Amino acid sequence: MEEAPAQRNLVLILARAFAAQIATAVFLLDEEGTIIYYNEAAERLTGRPFIEGAGMTAGEWMAASHPRDDAGDLIAFENLPLGITMLKREPAHGVVTFTSEDGVPLRIENATFPLFAHTEDYVGTFAIVWPLDRDRP
Amino acid sequence: MNLKVWGSRGSLASPGANTKRYGGNTSCVEVRPPGCDVVILDAGTGIRELGMRLVEEGCTRMQLLLTHLHVDHLEGLGMFEPIWRPATELHIWGPASPVASLEERIATYFSPPLFPVHLSEVPATIVYHDASESEWTIDGVRFSSNAIIHPGPTVGFRVETPEKSLAYLTDHEPALGCDIASDAPEWISGFSLARGVDLLIHDCQYSVEQYRTRRGWGHSTTEQVAHFADRAGADRLLLFHHDPMHSDETLESMRDEVVATWGVDPERTAIAGEGDIIDV
Repeated sequence: MEEAPAQRNLVLILARAFAAQIATAVFLLDEEGTIIYYNEAAERLTGRPFIEGAGMTAGEWMAASHPRDDAGDLIAFENLPLGITMLKREPAHGVVTFTSEDGVPLRIENATFPLFAHTEDYVGTFAIVWPLDRDRP
Repeated sequence: MNLKVWGSRGSLASPGANTKRYGGNTSCVEVRPPGCDVVILDAGTGIRELGMRLVEEGCTRMQLLLTHLHVDHLEGLGMFEPIWRPATELHIWGPASPVASLEERIATYFSPPLFPVHLSEVPATIVYHDASESEWTIDGVRFSSNAIIHPGPTVGFRVETPEKSLAYLTDHEPALGCDIASDAPEWISGFSLARGVDLLIHDCQYSVEQYRTRRGWGHSTTEQVAHFADRAGADRLLLFHHDPMHSDETLESMRDEVVATWGVDPERTAIAGEGDIIDV
């Protein structure tokens, strides 16, 4: 018999199935802020396959990618759309420039919203990302 | 732990010559864990006859586990004789919704114009328990529920005694959210409930051909249920929630498809038929 962790919340299962089907980059995080899935469009955007990014926390990811606003100032995690959604559990939107591991800036538009199960429990965050300085997928 | 099938049809009661062997009543299974109250899985039309039997036995306390509130799983409740007797204590476990309690949701059906009497007028004592994602114990028997893939709030149940376990996942379409054969178990709807059970009672409404036009309706194919049973490591599989358009002959042919796909001893797969008594 196969050993396995408990089933993820159904909302996360369905969110992942949805994200896997669309051409827009999507990141899915659990309630603790761990990246539990991102789709092929997100892999293409970040240049990092999911197998390498899985298990990182949002905080670790953001710290490594130096998010800046259009004035060039660093944005604290709690002021990023992802941070706002995770900490306040409310939708957020913003434009952010990240720096990839090879030093290339990537300006993106980001919409994030919290996922609540029908029991009203917060179960994770759904983050949609559009690149602004290159052709959209 | 024994169980008796009182109704295994899905969607619509379907009596008739073509459904005589496996029956036409909609979902209802009686489970008798040793030393525990009688446990009833769903309140489809099959619950009518069970209710008469329970009254004859003098049973006054029972546990009703509702997977969801689609009519074929609830329509028998009004004709469940114990609820019309003041001495009855009925505990109902099932999913609430984001906007309504379990009791309010049941009352939507159990009131005019769909039913002549209001739920509040029922003389039995009914205790409602939200079981959207829960674990609880009654008389040493462990119960757990988890949300599963089906349109609207729907749960599956696992019932465990120290010796035996069963999972009841009627109305379930795990293939909608993942690739059952290859995805990690944590991403498979219902996996935790079904993992390693002695008996898996699972939706098998569609043939592979039928599913092409019914994807997203919340039910499984012969192929999907075989893959699910295999991944979950179920010992035995009871095919459930038969399509109302399927004859006894069709169900037997579907069972053969499941057996061929699962690739285990054919004795491990059976079709749930009305009146069947199974020793888990």
